[in-house]
Amino acid sequence: MTQQKKAVALISGGLDSLLAAKIVQDQGIHVAGINFFTGFCVEGHTHAIRKKGRDKPKRNNALWVAEQLGIKLHIVDIIEEYKQVVFNPRYGYGANLNPCLDCKIFMVRKAHQWCQQHGFDFIVTGEVVGQRPMSQRKDTMPVVADRSGAEDRLLRPLSAKNLPPTLPEREGWIDRDKLLGLSGRSRKPQIALANSFGFEEYAQPAGGCCFLTDAQYSSKLADLWQARGSKQYELDDIMLLKVGRHLRPKPHFKVIIAREEGEGNFLLGYRKQYISIISLSHSGPLALVDGDVDDKDIELAASLVARYGKGRDEAQVEMEIRTPAGASRPLKVRPLLSSNIPEQWHL
Amino acid sequence: MTPVLVDARRLLCPMPVIRVQDKVAELGAGTLVEVVCSDPGALNDIPAWCRINGHRVVETRISGEEYLVILEVGEA
Repeated sequence: MTQQKKAVALISGGLDSLLAAKIVQDQGIHVAGINFFTGFCVEGHTHAIRKKGRDKPKRNNALWVAEQLGIKLHIVDIIEEYKQVVFNPRYGYGANLNPCLDCKIFMVRKAHQWCQQHGFDFIVTGEVVGQRPMSQRKDTMPVVADRSGAEDRLLRPLSAKNLPPTLPEREGWIDRDKLLGLSGRSRKPQIALANSFGFEEYAQPAGGCCFLTDAQYSSKLADLWQARGSKQYELDDIMLLKVGRHLRPKPHFKVIIAREEGEGNFLLGYRKQYISIISLSHSGPLALVDGDVDDKDIELAASLVARYGKGRDEAQVEMEIRTPAGASRPLKVRPLLSSNIPEQWHL
Repeated sequence: MTPVLVDARRLLCPMPVIRVQDKVAELGAGTLVEVVCSDPGALNDIPAWCRINGHRVVETRISGEEYLVILEVGEA
């Protein structure tokens, strides 16, 4: 009796990876899922932080996909290793700070290593020729296979007929005739296929699943690097970029101002790392100050934060300034007029 | 039996799941694990992870702004 072949599928939580894994699974292959967490994944973060909409059910789409397929899912923390992909992408960035081609190479390489460690035979992805401008082109998809080391053990079931036969097809583990030849950005074939499999709901993130494809987020990350004088970040930095209004009144400091209660609660957790500001005399948002600041800077930051509180039209409001060590002091300031907040402060 | 504690407060999805996954990998079947989270999504995600990986959710509870999940490690 021949041994059942085993594949690991990259599961993003979107429709394509769900379908790709399903096609392979239906050919009698044992499939396990793998999902990589870079820190930039969109997955539910904003929803988790913000109070608004908390009553709506929330789920991790990768886990949900795994459950639909009845497969195990291994979620791998690659936050540290991924930094080199973001800092120095060999193939450059996309429209924003998205290193899509290097990212795909990195993830397939990690999946390939995982296969070798766990005795799996090949890798499955939901890539489709022509679907993404950088990583899913006819000329770049072979680059992913080569540079990741996976080579012909990388199978793209949705687009296989547009690509040379892979090892699983040549060896007869997979019937190439049952694979697809999708190409382009249309979602209609995937939706029809999902319907044929009986999948009635699935995630289709409009801008992909990575914050680095977002222009505003990338702009804030670029600002962070510029302010620090080098490309660097920690997980807390990139999480904070997802939260609140970010304003930089001076090159050496910025202020992060909560936009609603949930964000305020989230920022509370950072009060031991940053100077924090909140209004004492009126209700208003919690804010953090990121940078080395003096008393004059603090006064400017407090005036700015006051602008976003209920006392914005008062001649004077009382703010609380709290150090990371927990020492607090009151500070009376005049809220800045909106006309005194230059557009370029907004990141 | 005192559960093994996983403190996943201030972590957002999927980090609480990763913390649980890594801890459970070190533990034997039948061990109880108590996970404390501040991300409400953990109440969906950790049970989903348990279901697909063969672990049993014993209890889920909301305590103020914290979300607790107690699970029993299944067979590997």
